[in-house]
Amino acid sequence: MAAGPYIEPNPPREVIAKVRERHPGAVVAVEEFRGEITLVLDRTRLVEVAQALRDDQDLPFSMLTACAGLHFLEGKYEHEVVYVLYSLAKNRRINLKVRLEPGEGVQSVTSVWAGADWLEREQYDLVGVRFEGHPDLRRIIMPEDYPDHPLRKDFDVEGGPVSLDPGGRPASPGWRDMEHA
Amino acid sequence: MAPADLPGMAADHPGPDDALRGDQMVLNMGPSHPSTHGVLRLVVTLDGETVKAVRPYVGYLHRGMEKIAEGMTYNQFIPYTDRMDYLAPLSTNVGYIMAVEKLMGITVPPRAQVIRVMCCELARISAHLLWLGTGALDLGAATVFFHTFREREALYNIIESLTGGRLTTSYPRVGGLCRDIPDGWVRLVHNFVNDFPKVLDELDALLTGNTIWLKRTQKVGVITAADAVALGVTGPNLRGCGIPYDVRKTEPYLGYENYDFDVPIGSKGDVFDRYLVRLEEMRQSVHILDQALRNIPEGPINIDDPKVVLPPKDTVLQKMEELIQQFMIVTEGFKAPEGAIYHAIEAPKGELGFYIRSTGDKSPYRLHIRAPSFISLQAIEKMAVGGLVSDLIAIIASLDPVMGEVDR
Repeated sequence: MAAGPYIEPNPPREVIAKVRERHPGAVVAVEEFRGEITLVLDRTRLVEVAQALRDDQDLPFSMLTACAGLHFLEGKYEHEVVYVLYSLAKNRRINLKVRLEPGEGVQSVTSVWAGADWLEREQYDLVGVRFEGHPDLRRIIMPEDYPDHPLRKDFDVEGGPVSLDPGGRPASPGWRDMEHA
Repeated sequence: MAPADLPGMAADHPGPDDALRGDQMVLNMGPSHPSTHGVLRLVVTLDGETVKAVRPYVGYLHRGMEKIAEGMTYNQFIPYTDRMDYLAPLSTNVGYIMAVEKLMGITVPPRAQVIRVMCCELARISAHLLWLGTGALDLGAATVFFHTFREREALYNIIESLTGGRLTTSYPRVGGLCRDIPDGWVRLVHNFVNDFPKVLDELDALLTGNTIWLKRTQKVGVITAADAVALGVTGPNLRGCGIPYDVRKTEPYLGYENYDFDVPIGSKGDVFDRYLVRLEEMRQSVHILDQALRNIPEGPINIDDPKVVLPPKDTVLQKMEELIQQFMIVTEGFKAPEGAIYHAIEAPKGELGFYIRSTGDKSPYRLHIRAPSFISLQAIEKMAVGGLVSDLIAIIASLDPVMGEVDR
């Protein structure tokens, strides 16, 4: 019993060439780490590539496993969104990534995978990524009237007055409020 | 009184028959409701007893775990994973640790791998037993609940003697385990493995052939395989539709490829098939435990890396170097290489994945938890609409959501 704890490094490298050939200019960069391939895509081409990957005859990525949004304070990009795809038929994984500059949104992939609905709502709610064309982009985890996106890096975990809406309630009543009480 | 005179009735209702035609009713269920297994709130639109729409509202148990992880070292986050799927904390512990180890490029020694496999399978049996007991209780079969909780007591005793805690286990560490198995523990597990199949047969006999149980579960809450895949549903809920997707088989971790076990699948995708799948999974878990018990290798339980694993306590008390190491690991933690990984394990509820983005620091830049219950809950609308409101109870039970994991 000497097998390693992680997935056999058997990433579907042929997908990179295929996507590059079929969608010229859509792949901005390719990252590989610990046997995982991440295709960094032009944010306007995401749905097109995702649809093609799902409907591919050879390697159908039939399942959207996870969607994670990241927020950055420094650098050119404000957000990154990572999609983890899985192919049930061929047992392969691939990640898609889009980078968003401040003010930019990303096209929703709910039309490709119905399950993207809650995943994207969660990332909108917690990280503040705007998914354009999402049928029902409401908060899902935080209360409906919550003023902030708590997984943004500028969120004050100690409950400071970071309310994005001056009329709204403070983001989290923490120990600072208790001190004044 | 003519129908038009009745309060709330429009004057354009033509005949007396229409006076009996009720409007749709919106029913709020939860967040505190015995059959929602936690704080799940459903807003159900009903036409008589027929469900027309279901809107789940989640988030009542949100503790901001993904944010909390950004402010602590990798090992410090382990106790939080206990509180995600609190019905199978050992499994969630292992899932998180495996993701960190993938990020670090660590492979733990064989002894630790086998012990972790046993932890995962004990957790799976414990979680499925709770699902069976409460699910049957929801549908009126109270006897099953007491039998399952007696067995869970035995499991909790096993878990307690291994980890020191019954619910909040926090057992594995990055690079191994926090302690080796105690004396006599193998005997405890051995007794359980011997006794449990008989109990399982009894539970099986109580429900599987029971007419009431069949009527309440068969052809109820049906979801097609195509819909389940599109929604990303995993675990027993997906296997109930006939898709044999089990991460232990497709992407084996911890040496699962060396164990002989089957992945049970259903065919119809109804509540009954999901019930049968989980029942058989418990048998397979016992089978895995039995194999693991016979093959616990000797050797260390931790990797030999003083920058990651705490040194033994007796050396800490006597040697300067070890004391410094212990101090550094506890206060500063270790740094993970820069990069991003996604790692999934087969938790009792389905594919439990962790996406970790590291910038080379002692804590993750972003930790995203792919909670199987969260994604399974999306399927509730597909399953419940068109059925009866009483079937909704059976559907929630069969989805087996645990809200600690849904809301994180």
